[in-house]
Amino acid sequence: MTDRSPGFATLAVHAGAQPDPTTGARATPIYQTTSYVFNDADHAASLFGLQSFGNIYTRIGNPTQAVLEERVAALEGGTAALATASGHAAQVVVFQMLLKPGDEFIAARKLYGGSINQFTHAFKSFGWNAVWADPDDIESFERAVSPKTKAIFIESIANPGGTITDIEAIAAVARKAGVPLIVDNTLATPYLIRPIDHGADIVVHSLTKFLGGHGNSLGGIIVDAGTFDWSKDDKYPILSEPRPEYHGIKLQETFGNFAFAIACRVLGLRDLGPAISPFNSFLILTGIETLPLRMQKHCENTKAITEWLASHPAVAAVNYAGLNGDKYNNLARKYAPKGAGAVFTFSLKGGYDAGVDLVSRLKLFSHLANIGDTRSLVIHPASTTHSQLDDAAKTKAGAAPDLVRLSIGIEDKEDLIADLDQALRRED
Amino acid sequence: MNHDSYDDNYIRGILNSVKSIAMVGASPVNVRPSYFAFKYLAQRGYDMIPVNPGHVGKSLLGKPFVASLLDIDRPVDMVDIFRNSTNIMPAVDEALKMMPLPKVIWMQLGARDDAAAEKAEAAGMKVVMNRCPKIEYGRLSSEISWMGVNSRTLSSKRAPMPTQGMRLSLGRTSVGGGATSAADRAAKNRTDPS
Ligand SMILES: Cc1ncc(COP(=O)(O)O)c(C=O)c1O
Repeated sequence: MTDRSPGFATLAVHAGAQPDPTTGARATPIYQTTSYVFNDADHAASLFGLQSFGNIYTRIGNPTQAVLEERVAALEGGTAALATASGHAAQVVVFQMLLKPGDEFIAARKLYGGSINQFTHAFKSFGWNAVWADPDDIESFERAVSPKTKAIFIESIANPGGTITDIEAIAAVARKAGVPLIVDNTLATPYLIRPIDHGADIVVHSLTKFLGGHGNSLGGIIVDAGTFDWSKDDKYPILSEPRPEYHGIKLQETFGNFAFAIACRVLGLRDLGPAISPFNSFLILTGIETLPLRMQKHCENTKAITEWLASHPAVAAVNYAGLNGDKYNNLARKYAPKGAGAVFTFSLKGGYDAGVDLVSRLKLFSHLANIGDTRSLVIHPASTTHSQLDDAAKTKAGAAPDLVRLSIGIEDKEDLIADLDQALRRED
Repeated sequence: MNHDSYDDNYIRGILNSVKSIAMVGASPVNVRPSYFAFKYLAQRGYDMIPVNPGHVGKSLLGKPFVASLLDIDRPVDMVDIFRNSTNIMPAVDEALKMMPLPKVIWMQLGARDDAAAEKAEAAGMKVVMNRCPKIEYGRLSSEISWMGVNSRTLSSKRAPMPTQGMRLSLGRTSVGGGATSAADRAAKNRTDPS
């Protein structure tokens, strides 16, 4: 028997799943249970001591969730993964494993507004300090490195601007600084970009978006690339030092190249508590089975719509890395040759007011705060997702006041263009 | 042979064929990785022999400790060395004196000694370095999947319910020749300073 490498679409359908051992059920069952019986006292003790493989309690793990985790790990090319209640929960768990009060991490200025909020306010109250750098200026990351730096955080494709980040250049800064590179791959999904192939040590997702893909379930995930040596110095004691919670186990020594994912589960998830529900795991898992097909359609539609918008007389500018001549087009060709995603911004010649007016006239696009749905979505970031920033910071984050953000769905592109066309045709 | 990454068929072949495993450096302390691996492999039906001169007279999960590989009273298929890289060679030298010769030398996660590996291979033994047999068994059987680990295998077959002492099928389809290339590359860069 020879080992053959299954392709991405095969992994999207099969990885992590197999027929249920007791019933033969072929679809992954929803294990809607809080807890799992032990065979005997010794079995219970060895599970609690991390000595045996098995389930204890759904705050720590669940069989439906485990299929989701293995599937995303396989698609990203990681060694293991840990799913959480939301993308934001995944970020809290990751940083909880890496930072002590007083530590710093470097974050790209171009991020989802909710992440900027989380880092600026919530994390500050934990004593974790975000130091901002500009992904268009790689040296700004180098300048931000200090002895307190414990990680670097970027988005592969940044929300809302759809700009592409030079992952390899920032990975080189992280390697030199001896800290892990964390990449939020939500907007790209592993179908378009696999950050681990470009030097990421940890990948996080909001599963809520394209991976789940149907706008019906919140979820997040942390993927361990298995590339970072946590024991090379004393910066990451949670991974390298004996853990009092587990009678002195050293996690990297015991679990090798998936120790970070284990730490996130047996310390982060166990103690902070943001477990994903089995039902959400099931819905997201089902969504992932069609990820390649959906992403192809999302990207095909987005290309057609951005080209149409770019030539529309009422449109001032379209910011989409997939367009020829866009500032990020070269990076898109390198990192996302299959498509630059389905989220972008554009501005109207009529400015802020025309943008607000457009949002109210659209009939097929839904006005809401989400991306990565089968349905096409529209929002005005400056007054919603990025409203907490001042105008200068909004512009730096790619959410200038006159910009409208679209997340293109998988409807017929002719219908989406017709909807934009009627909304742009102001009758007055 | 290349020891930076292993084809799943190589690891599968070893775990399917060996029956008795002597574990050098087995610890009776129940938070040590060697204890975890010893217990798991015993549960999966391997005949386990703990080797540790510091604990002779005691036993590990009912199996008496021996001081040296040469004190074992039955043929050993595999020697699993739970020592760090600098202590591998003496264990391999001892294994080479065993009659009959073991078929496999396995060095634990984090341990690698290329000179010792070459010596063992020259004597006809198979060698695995920097891997944990518990993790590999759990991965190839997919038993490890409960904790979100990428088993890098697929199967459309219904698996039996695992019970105490039961050997599991390791015959799942492997993904990518058993390699997660990024993690293997990182490990190689760590051992190879060039
Ligand atoms: C890029 C990105 N990261 C993280 C998040 C947060 O994810 P969640 O809403 O699942 O907590 C979002 C949500 O909009 C996002 O777009």
